[in-house]
Parts: sequence; structure tokens; C-alpha cells
Amino acid sequence: MRKTNNIILETAIKVLLFMIVLYSVYIFTAGHYYPGGGFIGGLMTAGAIVLLLIAYDIKTVAKILPINYRILTSIGLLFAIGTSAGAIVFNVPFLTHAFGDIQLPILGELSLHTATLFDLGVYFVVVGVTMTIIQTIGEDE
Amino acid sequence: MSYLHWAIVAPLFLSIFIPIFYKVFRRIHTGWFVLPLPILLFVYFLSFLPVTMSGKTMMESMNWIPSLGINFTAKVDGLGLLFSLLITGIGALVVLYSIYYLAKDKEKLNQFYVYLLLFMGAMLGVVLSDNLIVLYAFWELTSFSSFLLIGYWYEREKSRYGAQKSMLITVFGGLAMLGGIILLYIMTGTFSVTEVISQANEIFNHALFVPALICILLGAFTKSAQFPFYIWLPDAMEAPTPVSSYLHSATMVKAGIYLVARFTPVFGEHSLWFWLVSGVGILTLIWGSIFAVKQTDLKAILAFSTVSQLGLIMSLLGVGAAALHYEFLDDNIFTVAVTAAVFHLINHATFKGSLFMAAGIVDHETGTRDIRKLGGLMHFMPITFTISIIGTFSMAGIPPFNGFLSKEMFFTAMVHVIEMDIFNLETLGILFPVFAWIASIFTFVYSMILVFRTFTGKYQPEKLDKKPHEAPIGMLISPVILVSLVIIFGFFPNLLSHSLISPAMASILPSLLGPGEEFMVHISFWHGFTIELFMTLGVVILGIILYKTHSKWKKIYQAIPDKLALNRFYDSLLEGVQLGSHKLTKSYMNGSIRSYLVYIFAFFIFILAATLIGKNAFKLDTSNVSAIGVYEVVLAIFVVVGSISILFVKSRMTSIILLGAVGYTVSLFYVLFRAPDLALTQLVIETISVALFLVCFYHLPKLRKFETRMRFRLTNALISVGVGAMVTLIALSAHSNKLFDSISKYYVENTYTEAAGKNMVNVILVDFRGFDTLFEITVLAIASLGIFGMIKLRLNRRKEG
Repeated sequence: MRKTNNIILETAIKVLLFMIVLYSVYIFTAGHYYPGGGFIGGLMTAGAIVLLLIAYDIKTVAKILPINYRILTSIGLLFAIGTSAGAIVFNVPFLTHAFGDIQLPILGELSLHTATLFDLGVYFVVVGVTMTIIQTIGEDE
Repeated sequence: MSYLHWAIVAPLFLSIFIPIFYKVFRRIHTGWFVLPLPILLFVYFLSFLPVTMSGKTMMESMNWIPSLGINFTAKVDGLGLLFSLLITGIGALVVLYSIYYLAKDKEKLNQFYVYLLLFMGAMLGVVLSDNLIVLYAFWELTSFSSFLLIGYWYEREKSRYGAQKSMLITVFGGLAMLGGIILLYIMTGTFSVTEVISQANEIFNHALFVPALICILLGAFTKSAQFPFYIWLPDAMEAPTPVSSYLHSATMVKAGIYLVARFTPVFGEHSLWFWLVSGVGILTLIWGSIFAVKQTDLKAILAFSTVSQLGLIMSLLGVGAAALHYEFLDDNIFTVAVTAAVFHLINHATFKGSLFMAAGIVDHETGTRDIRKLGGLMHFMPITFTISIIGTFSMAGIPPFNGFLSKEMFFTAMVHVIEMDIFNLETLGILFPVFAWIASIFTFVYSMILVFRTFTGKYQPEKLDKKPHEAPIGMLISPVILVSLVIIFGFFPNLLSHSLISPAMASILPSLLGPGEEFMVHISFWHGFTIELFMTLGVVILGIILYKTHSKWKKIYQAIPDKLALNRFYDSLLEGVQLGSHKLTKSYMNGSIRSYLVYIFAFFIFILAATLIGKNAFKLDTSNVSAIGVYEVVLAIFVVVGSISILFVKSRMTSIILLGAVGYTVSLFYVLFRAPDLALTQLVIETISVALFLVCFYHLPKLRKFETRMRFRLTNALISVGVGAMVTLIALSAHSNKLFDSISKYYVENTYTEAAGKNMVNVILVDFRGFDTLFEITVLAIASLGIFGMIKLRLNRRKEG
């Protein structure tokens, strides 16, 4: 399939990919305090993978990232529904989040929030959905 | 449940077991299992005679839906008992007759008796229910079971046609009746007939009284085959003869008569009731009798004759209702009409039942019912001939049979109409006896045709499929019993007057009776040289002349009837309605999405504009408008120019890029209006959707890849401008009508304290209103799976490959 020599693009992407992924993780984790969140974070991660797809071909990318994106979507949905429904176990209404500062052995004091888990579900779903769409359309002949 | 309730539903219960009997006892005719029930019920209902004769009624109630006032209340009074006896008595005879009429090994007997029993139970329910909703339920069950019985030989085209016709017409009337019942409920607050009657005076001037009256009468007229709804009855003759004899002469067609009689105490005093009931009745009488002469099929003659006789009873009930205007019972001459109605009801059931059975025998033994092929059967079937001649003479009103007595009383009642001084009857009243007299002449003529064309004259063996012979004895029992009743009631009419007629009259005209009183009914053969007698003489003489000259004047029929036939009207109505609705649907459901969008948006504009104008809702308030800066203006110009140029560009590629430009400008708007999350998302989503558009563009089929500009259409332009203007107006008025403050203050205050976040948008999305987000990601997942499924799952291609 690869006929042209894309060396500049490929090298550039090898560098850029990590920056984009890092940025998307940053935007995801900072979502509760600064602009961002699961949705835009997920879109950006998907964008990084799309860049890979442009530089290489679908088969190579599938080898690098052996992920079934439809399963990723369902994992995301399970995260979201799990954090939401988990509240019922503690005898509070559906989708009540808990948060607090927790002392962890190595990391020290951390402010943790179950909303992040919910957002992680959103993140996975968005990555899964975007990639499923692009992959299926791309594979189609 | 009392015994009375069990008696009403017993036929319904027995019908469950009929298929079992049919399967298990293959060698015994299923009818024998049915026969005991109507006999038993007949005897049971006879035991009520002493109750009704003493002027009492019997009420049994069973809760069904008490919260809605709908209870299965069974009430036995004179009228109900008379009908119950008719239903069970003739039912038993018909079952007996059908055992010999329907062959065990050729017919689907299980179905036949199930339908017949359903009908019997339904009919008992109609006449014995005091609750109107229950009455209506049973009423529709009679329509349905009659539909099933008419279509019994469903492989025949005409059976299906007749069944459909009767269904459409009777259900139309039934629904009208339901409307009447509901109107009565609105006026009186009760579904009980007894209570409605007791409130009759209070609702007389109610605005809904006349609509209720018309609705109830529509139900009665359609069921009882009155003009112009009689047309289903001749087509219902496709049913097996026992069915015709039971349903379409003796019982079901009298359900309408029952209804009119039952509601006479409620509506009877209204002039409209008198005019509709007696007018339609007399019109049906004369119409039916004239058209019966034209028929050549035995059952068709009988069908038109039934129509005509039902009209007679109906007109008598209408005239009888006039009796309510005269308070004094002693010299109230109009009650004779009700007596005649009740008496003729019984007589008609006896002679018409026997005539149908005789026609069935002729059909069964010769293979045809066409009177042009029949003739000279007297010597082959002497017993059938005797039965027929007694039945027809009674129908024609010749002494000494019971038809004579009821006809005399009918004339008496009609002559009395002239003496009425209400409803303009001083002048118009003369029409009643004249119509009645002419109709009776025609009745005489078709009666003579019926019996003499069939049994006398020339025997034509070459036209008959079978060699005629007398019917088996079992088939003759029922008609013989019926004609003996004809003779017995003819000679001893007062057998019935005290036991059945008087209590039935008491139910029809309860307000005329004081406590403890009863109607004194005396029917006598000889009442002197009165005008009625001369009328009967005239009927006989003119009838004989007309019968003798029938072959000369019957050609007139060929000219008139086709134009006047209501069947043609019905058929073209049915066809027209179908064609019309088809055309209508086709005219607007044209399959083009553009038209549907036009309807949707046009309706959108219309309904919103009407609301804005109607409610005077448009308002423009500029007090809380923010200042507009230069950036907003520039961006707005970008969006407007971008959007408008999409409409005018030639290339699709350009429009995709313009669309992207508009999207990016919108994200700039988000930046400007301080919505960073939205701006980020909008940017990325816009990129993805433009990419997808390009994919679509790239894959457009080569064949139709015209690069043309969008065509201009005035409708489209008007509608888009209209929708845009509407939305703008509504947005402006909504903005000017802020009724209360936003709730966003709560979020501003509590984002950090309650939810430990500083990005309010994100906190709302995942915490305050995370439920929405949960399902939005579900939407995304479904969309992606949908795309995956659409692309991967290609059943068609696999089939082709």
C-alpha cells in the first residue's frame, strides 16, 4: 500500500503524537477545574490516533494499538453507569458523587472525586465512538 | 350471579363446549347438544309469567365496573319477557329445524352452533339488560354473531358481500346508539334504563335531548332494517335458511323494535319521536311491500316482506307514543296502537319464521328458490304447501289467522291518527291510513305470489336440479308448530292478551298506569261493520285484481326500481369513499420528502403565527439588551455571508467549505462569549464533520455528479423565509418576556462547595446534571454502532454475490 516516501510526516508524527496525547490527558484530568473534560479529551486522543492513521495505514495502526473500539465504547458506558449506579449501594440517590482529600502512601494527599470516573467513561466512549466511525468508513471499499 | 344471569350467559357458556362435542361425538349431529338449552331457557322464562302478569318486575344486579356505574343488571318486565320467550322459543325450533337442514358431514357444524349460541346469548342480554352499557355490549355481539352467520358459507362471494354490508350498517347504527347512551348519561348521570325513565320529565327540555333521541333512533332503525337502512337485510339472505328465519325475521331485526319500545317512556312525548318513528315506519312499510312484489327469489320476497312488516310495527309504536299525550286511560284510543304493535310482533315472529322454514324446505328439496323455475309443487309437498298457505294468509291479513287480527288493529290505530289534534295531524294525519291501506294491498299481492307461484301452476321439472319430494318429518316439526301457533293465536287471541300483551304494554307506556292498574286488552274477531272491515275488504278485492293482472303491470317495475334502489347508492358510496380516501391519501402522501418537509414547516409557521397573533404574544423589550461590540458585528457578518452564499454556490465542494467556515466562526463566537469548553468541542466536531462531508462528496456516484446550482422554488423560499422570521420573532418575544431570574446563580455559588470543581460547565455535565450526559454518550455509542452495522452488514450484497 505504501508507495510514497513519507519520512518527514512519519517522523514528525512520532514526536507530535506524544505531545497530543499528553495534552489530551491534561485536558481530561484538568476538566473539573479548567476548560476541558472527558469529551474534548477523548476527541483529542482520537485525533492523535487519526494522525497515525493518516501517516500509516489501518492495518499498521491496528497492530500498534490492538484495541477493539466497540469494546472500548462499552467499557466507557459501563464506567459511567457504574459510577452512577454505585451511589445506590451507599443509600444515596442515583448519580450522587463523592469526593474528598485522601492520603495515599506514595503520592501523598490527593483530592479525588468520583466524577472523574464518570468522566473517564465519557472519555472512553468518545474515543471508541470516533474511532469506530472513522475506522469503519476507512475500511469500507 | 343469580339464576337470571346464568340464564342470560348460558348460551355463551355452552358455545365453549360445542367444538368439543363436535370433535368427540362425530356420529351425532351437534345440534342435538344445543337443542336442550333453548327449551330449558324457554321453560325457565315461562316461570316469570306470574311475576309480570301481576305488574311486577324482577331485578337482579351483579357488579361489573361499579366505579363507572356499569353493572350487569338484569331486569325482567313484560317487554323483556315477551322478547326472551320469542328468542328462546323460536331459537329451540330453529335449532331443531337446522338439525335436519344442515348435513352432518358436509357443513362446519361446530362453527354454526357456536355462532348461533353466541347470538342467542347476546340477544337475551339485549332484551334483559337494564344497564345501557351492558345492553350496548350485547347489541354489538348480536351484530358480530350475525356477521359471522351471514358469512357462514364464506367461500361464496355474495355471502361475504352481504356479511360486510350488514356489519357496516348495523355497526354504524350501534355506534350512533352508543353516542345516544352517552348523551343520556350526561343528562341523567345514570346508565340504568329504569332510572333514565324516571327522570324522563326532567330531561325533556335539555339541549342534548334531541341529539340523544336521534342517535338512539339511528341505532334502532339500522338494526331493524328501516328505511333507508333496510338494504342490508335482502343481502343477508345469503345466510343459511335457519339463520334467516331466526335472526332476520324473528329476533335480531326486532332488537330495534325493542329499543324503540323500551325508550318510548323516555322520548315518546317529543313530536320528533312521533314523526320519525311513525313516519319512517310507514315509509318502510309501503316501500318494502312495493318492492317485495318485484322479487323473484323466495327469500328475497320474504326479506322485503320482513322489512315492510317491521315498518308496520315501528309505525304502530310511533303512533302508540302519541297516547302519552292523553292522560286518561279509560278513553285513550291510541293505546290500541301499542297493543297492535305487540300483538303483531308475536304474530310476525310466528308466521315469518314458518314461511322462512318453508322456503328453506323448497330450496332444500328442489335446489332452487327462484319462483320463475318453481310451480306446481302442491302435489309433491302437501305439508309444506299447507304451512306456506297458512303463513302467507296470515301475513296478508286474511281471516281466520292471527295476521288478520293484527291487521285490523293496525287499521284501527291508523284511522285514529286522523282524530289526533297534535303535531299538525289534523291535516297530515290522513296520509297514515292511506299509506297503510296501499301497503296492505301490496302485502296481499306478494303474499299471493309467494304461495301460488310456488305451489300451483305449471310444474316445470326440466328447470329443477332435483326431483322434488316432501321434506323429512324432522324438518317439518318446527314450521308446523309455528303455523299451529298462527292458528291458535288466530282463534284464541285473548290467550296472550292478559299474559303477554298487557304486561308488555305496561312496560312501554308505564306513565299511563296508576298503581295496581293494568291494560285491559281484548282482541275480538268481530267488531261490527267498522271502517277497518271495509278497508280489509278493499285490500282483498284490489289485491286479487292486482294479483291476477300481475303479469301485465309488472313491467312498470323495470322502469322505476333501478333508479330508486338504494343498493346502488350504497355501493357507489362505498366505492366513492374508498376511491376518495385513496385519492386524498395519494394526493398528499406522494413519497417525496420535500413535500413532507413543506407540510411540516408550513404547519409550523401557521400554528406559531396563529398563536402569536391570537394570544397577542409578540413583545419587543430592549431594556436588557447588552451592548454590541465590533467583534460581534464582524463575526455575525461572517456567519450571514457564509450561510447565504451556501445557497448560491455552484460547486458542492465550495458549500462544504463554506459550511466549515460558518462552523468555525460559531466556535469563535463561543470564544467571544466566553465559553471555552464549547469552543474547543465545536472546533474539533466541526473538523470531523467537514471531513465526513468530504468523504460523502468524494463517493458521490459519477453518473449524477452534475455541478449545478440549486434551483429556485418560490414555495421553498417562502417557507424558509417564513420559518426564519417565525423563529426570530419568537426568540425576540421570549427574550423580552423574561418572567423570572435564571437558576444559574445556584451553580455559581455551589460548584466548588458542593461538587469540588471550578469548571462550572464540566461540573454541571458530570455532576449536577450527569444523567443527561449518561444518555448522550449512549446516543453516541448507538450512532457509532449504527454506522458500523450499516457499513458491515450487507445482506443484499451477500445475496447477489
